[in-house]
Amino acid sequence: MSKLTLERRADSFLTRNRKSGGLLLKQSLRRKAGSLLRALMLFGLCFLILQPILDKISVSLMMEKDLYDTTIIVIPRNLTLENYQLVSELLNLNTSMFNTAFISLVSALLQVIACTLAGYGFARFDFPLKRLWFVCVILVIVIPPQTISSSLYLHFRYFDVLGIFTRLTGGPINLKGSPLPYLALSATAMGLKNGLYIFMIRQYFRSVPLSLEEAAYVDGASTFGTFMKVMLPQAVPILVSCLLFAFVWQWTDVFYTRLFLPTANTMYLSVRLSGLAESLRTYVSTRRGITSPPVGYVMQIISTGVLVVIAPLLLLYLVAQRWFIESISSTGLKD
Amino acid sequence: MNGIRKQGRGIRGRRALSGYLFIAPFLFGFLFFMVRPMAQSIIMSFQSVGLSAQSGVTHTPVGWANYIYAFTVDPEFNQMLVDEVVRMVTHSLATMVLAFMVALLLNQRFKGRGLARAIFFLPVILSSGVLVGIETNNSLIIGMKELITQSNNLNISNALFGLLRATGVGLPALDVVSNLLTAVYDIVMASGIQIVVFLSGLQTIPRSMYEAAEMEGSSAWESFWMVTFPIISPLLIVNMIYTITDFFMKTDNLIMEKIHEEMFVNLKYGYSSALSWIYFAVAILMIGISSLIIRQGVKHYE
Repeated sequence: MSKLTLERRADSFLTRNRKSGGLLLKQSLRRKAGSLLRALMLFGLCFLILQPILDKISVSLMMEKDLYDTTIIVIPRNLTLENYQLVSELLNLNTSMFNTAFISLVSALLQVIACTLAGYGFARFDFPLKRLWFVCVILVIVIPPQTISSSLYLHFRYFDVLGIFTRLTGGPINLKGSPLPYLALSATAMGLKNGLYIFMIRQYFRSVPLSLEEAAYVDGASTFGTFMKVMLPQAVPILVSCLLFAFVWQWTDVFYTRLFLPTANTMYLSVRLSGLAESLRTYVSTRRGITSPPVGYVMQIISTGVLVVIAPLLLLYLVAQRWFIESISSTGLKD
Repeated sequence: MNGIRKQGRGIRGRRALSGYLFIAPFLFGFLFFMVRPMAQSIIMSFQSVGLSAQSGVTHTPVGWANYIYAFTVDPEFNQMLVDEVVRMVTHSLATMVLAFMVALLLNQRFKGRGLARAIFFLPVILSSGVLVGIETNNSLIIGMKELITQSNNLNISNALFGLLRATGVGLPALDVVSNLLTAVYDIVMASGIQIVVFLSGLQTIPRSMYEAAEMEGSSAWESFWMVTFPIISPLLIVNMIYTITDFFMKTDNLIMEKIHEEMFVNLKYGYSSALSWIYFAVAILMIGISSLIIRQGVKHYE
């Protein structure tokens, strides 16, 4: 911008201000102050959310002696990847990452399939007792799984359907330790937060215009064919985001993982992470001969572990951020 | 759908059947993995359950003993319950206010809005499962914290509150404020979904409504209460229920930990069932009360 135009703009601002009797200046000042205040508040809150992650990144790259050096706050003096090596050993990274990815993906897929069917059923069909069953969906959202965890645990620990297994093998079978119980729960929409997904998917289907289906019926499509060919393509956004949520929440879940999957030698990221401090202690006491590692070091290793566990999720969020957020916006208000 | 419905019983029956087929997986899961364990767990809460290698599970009915034990004998349960409920009330109110304010901010036009929205939603992913309280939960850190608070109480917020107390500011209110300030991180971390829900509501309000309000001579403050708030208010219930259930289900809350400990460490299946039913009853009660209150407030606008 040349000097002349700048001057003219300033000039015109002043003249305009004079003409408006000082109102223009007052208003534009107020607007500036408003946006400054907003920027400050948003920056503060965003910083509050991001700071722990940034802090963990910086700590995870330090050597242990950097922790005790008071001149080092954020930027490590001795850069190292040692912590990551140790953590990947303690977490048993390859196996547990694979197991976690596998169980998360499979159970998320099963859950979304079951929830989509149920959501569509509730959105588009009239059947006796529909209200009652929908209240049950709400109930599933509200009941903490902990309430039924003890009996679910015993149910699968001594698993038997109508006494069949007792006849066949002479006793109930122990399904604890195999992923089967959890997959069964997933396939029947009883996994983590599945009531919520049913609710979201139902809201979404309700917003799709009826005329689409009616056109398909007029053309002679079957109920299921219409669902598959006409309705599912409409619902891709919400399905993808439910899938993402199911995957992410399963990835970090400890509750179901602890309940059903092997307890002694669990190779799942979430469980390994929650026991990281313990495994560090045993590691240190066998290798270095100290009974307990210093607190700062434990925190450093835990930070590194958290980073390792959430890294894939952060990556997923960076790529698919739009899907995560927009589906929630689209289901929030309707009805 | 009305057209279809009028065509008679045959089609309606078939539609009903298809409806049932669609929800069949859910129904099956609900009956087998929800109703059955729920019934069992209610029964178990009136029993003392033992495990043995030969006979599997043994049940001995004990009547209300588990519940009576929880309220009268257990040294920590009552206190925990009261603490959690108080924490829940303050936290969920604060969450609602914060989420609403952030949504209002994010609804304005400015550079980097998408980024800010993405960051505010990040906690939905990062504060789930194990990641909740992983740093504060291990025994080592708790021990160290106690040591620090014992040895010197010198941090800025403590000093500030000490000063305020000395000048005679009302104590209970001050305590609430100080608790909220300490918990502000938790609150921000718990409000990702609520912000997005409020934001989506705000975005459905047409600009013309504000323009009309302005023409009628209402100030920004008035049009907030006359336009924005009434349109958003149905979302208050949705968000409140979500916030409360989310709070009650968090694995790092005291009672959840106690239930887990009673079950897996002390192996008292009956007692832990009783505890979780008490807890569930309290949760439902809180949800009922708060949605009643909000509905009373909202009715005014409808």
